[in-house]
Amino acid sequence: MRWLERQRCFMDFTLSSLGRRKRKNFALIAVYVLIVFMLCSVIFFTNALRRQAETLLDDAPEMIVQRMMAGRQELIPIDYGDKIKSIRGVRSVEPRLWGYYFHPANRTNYTLLASSEAAYGDQSIEVGQGVLRTWQADSEGKLYFRAYDGEALALKVSKAFDAATDLVSSDLIVMTEPTFRRLTGMPDGFATDLSVQIRNERECAIIAEKIASTLPGARPILRQEIIRTYSSLFGWRSGYMIVLLSGAILAFFIFAWDKATGLSAAEKTEIGILKGIGWDSSDILVMKFWEGTIISLTAFLLGVIGAYLHVFLASAPLFEHALKGWSILYPSFQLQPEVNLYQLAVLLFLTVVPYTLVTIVPIWRVSVMDPDVVMRQG
Amino acid sequence: MIKLLQVSKTFNAGKPNAFTALKEVDLNLDGNKVVIFKGPSGSGKTTLLSIIGCMARPTSGRIFLNGREITSLPERFAAQTRRNTFGFVFQNYNLVRGLSVLENTMLPAYPSGRRYRLIKQRALELLEKLRIDAKAQLKVEYLSGGEQQRTAIARALINDPELIIADEPTAHLDTELSAAFLDIVSTLKEENKTVLIASHDPLVFESPVADRVVSLRDGMVIDQGISL
Repeated sequence: MRWLERQRCFMDFTLSSLGRRKRKNFALIAVYVLIVFMLCSVIFFTNALRRQAETLLDDAPEMIVQRMMAGRQELIPIDYGDKIKSIRGVRSVEPRLWGYYFHPANRTNYTLLASSEAAYGDQSIEVGQGVLRTWQADSEGKLYFRAYDGEALALKVSKAFDAATDLVSSDLIVMTEPTFRRLTGMPDGFATDLSVQIRNERECAIIAEKIASTLPGARPILRQEIIRTYSSLFGWRSGYMIVLLSGAILAFFIFAWDKATGLSAAEKTEIGILKGIGWDSSDILVMKFWEGTIISLTAFLLGVIGAYLHVFLASAPLFEHALKGWSILYPSFQLQPEVNLYQLAVLLFLTVVPYTLVTIVPIWRVSVMDPDVVMRQG
Repeated sequence: MIKLLQVSKTFNAGKPNAFTALKEVDLNLDGNKVVIFKGPSGSGKTTLLSIIGCMARPTSGRIFLNGREITSLPERFAAQTRRNTFGFVFQNYNLVRGLSVLENTMLPAYPSGRRYRLIKQRALELLEKLRIDAKAQLKVEYLSGGEQQRTAIARALINDPELIIADEPTAHLDTELSAAFLDIVSTLKEENKTVLIASHDPLVFESPVADRVVSLRDGMVIDQGISL
């Protein structure tokens, strides 16, 4: 109880003290908030992207099999699927037809995908939000394509994908298989790759080995590898951002060191007075600890709240171009809030603790001086 | 109450600029008295009060407070003794700028662990008693010299100490305010407080409120004083 009362009194004094040096403390908190805001925005943004990619890939097949020739991807014969299906543990094999379409006027690459589940006819397509934004449909809702043989092809947009899936569907155009073959000239009996469903995911690696030995030239790609690739892609990008920010972080710590440790003569006198009237060194350290904690915690909370609003409400306008998108079509979508408490705790530890320590050490040096110095000032 | 045996204090000992401020001082001070230490500048008055008040350690000699030796207490216990036993009124008052009269008065009680509400209540009572309660919320830099001194006295009394130590309390006051200060000292004496004052102001050491005047010169007690 006495301990609590002491802390309450020290806090009261600390708050009054902070109010006396408004300009200095305001400048310190402003820079501090900015640093936490930037770091936290990168963390929030990267995590949300990674999480979104993982959610989308949850429904992806366990394995994709491609055919390689001279180190390049080639079309794969659909009858490869029968050989793969005969391997124990494989549930099903589906050929996938997909590719790219370059629109010269827009100077944009779109992704084409054939779907066997398409509930519309050969003259209709489904498109992503990015396609609608960049490729103006005519008054009847049709998009005009030039097929592989130079013939014009008009396809009607029957549906647009939800903006929530924009990360992967922004540039996507989905059509029936015959329309896809008509547009791209892909011969019958061939597909871009094969999607393989496996009964027990733990057997993926073994099955992949069997496929590679049964079908020379086949390249199996596991879902876990795709997830890992996404993860390292976003991790690499955020790491790059943090390296760029590290200069700013270093500058902040130099600034904080200067502001926090540059004790003025008035502050030194004040410590002398407190010692003279009965405070001991540990009381002064506790008071300064509260001062450092209040400043750093306030900055941390403001920075985190600002980053949350910046990333999840405003879609991170400050650095979305650096962190998301890898083609001409930048996806426009609202990120689902995803807060990793462990990373927040690490950020809290890396910002609040060093600052508090940085402020305490020089105070300790002053606080151990003999209080009789104060008797001699006058 | 306070006993000093052969107390000496040397600053910068062992260095070329070594300076001995007190030389083998023996002193016995009774409780509930007003004792004035007089002497010219550099005679050792402030050093003596610092050593008695546990603010500095003597180079040699021993000090006893109520029979308990306080010569070389560890920092924590020295601070505790300063806080609980002594109240200090410094020469230039040493109030903390930017804080109000009330906050300054409460400061010495913060580390005590007493309830904040009770500390505040005690501070307001003291300010009222010293007739400065109307300015409780005013920042100390806006106070006159006399008001600053009364704030410093209220601060010295917040922990209800047995002993009040005042160093040159009238140095910055005119005659009228000095007389007002001596009235307060008289009241403290009636409340059975022991008051130790260092002063070379005749208004103080010739005042009827003084029970004993100890004279110092060159760090030595040249007159143990007489009970008036």
